[in-house]
Amino acid sequence: MSFRKYLVLAGVTVFSPAGDCLLSRGMRQEGTLSLHHLPTLILAVFNPWVGLGILLLLAFFASYMAALSFADLTYVLPATSLGYVLLALMAKFVLHEQVTLTRWLGIVLISAGVGFVTRGPVLTHRHTQTGEPMAEAVSAREP
Amino acid sequence: MKALYAWGAVAAIVTASVAGDVLLSRAMKQVGDVGRLWRSYGLLAVIGRVLRNPSFFFGLGAMALAFYSLLFGLSWGDVSLVAPAAASLTFVGNAVAAKIFLHERLDHRRWLAAVFVAAGVALLAV
Repeated sequence: MSFRKYLVLAGVTVFSPAGDCLLSRGMRQEGTLSLHHLPTLILAVFNPWVGLGILLLLAFFASYMAALSFADLTYVLPATSLGYVLLALMAKFVLHEQVTLTRWLGIVLISAGVGFVTRGPVLTHRHTQTGEPMAEAVSAREP
Repeated sequence: MKALYAWGAVAAIVTASVAGDVLLSRAMKQVGDVGRLWRSYGLLAVIGRVLRNPSFFFGLGAMALAFYSLLFGLSWGDVSLVAPAAASLTFVGNAVAAKIFLHERLDHRRWLAAVFVAAGVALLAV
C-alpha cells in the first residue's frame, strides 16, 4: 500500500475525533438546546468551533469514501478505530477528563485489533489484472 | 418496558448503520480507486461519478436513519448503554454483512480485529 493510501487512512482516523472534540467544545459554549428552540440550533452552525467541527467531519467523510474505494470495509473500520483511542486521549489531555482503568483496557483491546487487521491483506481480490501484491496474496488462495 | 424500547433502538441503529456502511462500501468499489481516477480525470469527474451512484444515496439515507434512531434511542435509554452497545455491535454486524453481501474474505485476523475492537469500544464507553 502506498504512502498516499496510509495518509487517507490517517485522515479517517484523525478527522473524526478532532471534529467531535471541536463540536463538543462549541456546543458547550452554546448551552443546553432543545427542539423547542430550533433557531438556536441552526444558529449554532455559526459558532466558529461548531463550524470548524463540521468542516473536519466533512473531511472525515471524504477520506472515508476514498479509503473504501481501495480497501475492504472489514479492513477500513478496524484499521481506523484508533480514532476512539485518540478521542479518549484528547478527552484526558485537552478536556481534562478522567481516563479510568476500564478505558485503558479498552484502548489496549482496540490497539490489538488494529494490529491484527493491518498485518493482513487490504483488499479481497476478484480480478487478476489490478491490485497490489498484498491483494494478490489473497487471490492466490482462491479456488 | 423502557429497556425493551432502548434495545429496539439499538437494533434499529445497528441495522441502519450496517446497511449504510455496506452500501457506501459497495458504491465506492463500483466507483473505483478515487486516487487513480483523480489523477486521470480530475476531481470533478470523481465527484460526479460518486454522485451518479445509486448505492451512495441509499447508503447516505441509511446513515441518516441510523442517526435519527440514535436520537430516539438516547431519549429512551441511558447514553452509557445505547451508544457503546450500538457502536460495538455495529463492528461485529459489519464483519458479518461484509462477508455475506460484499463477499469480502474474512480471515481469522479480521474476525479477531472486529471482536477486539468491538470489546474495546464497549469498555471505552463504560
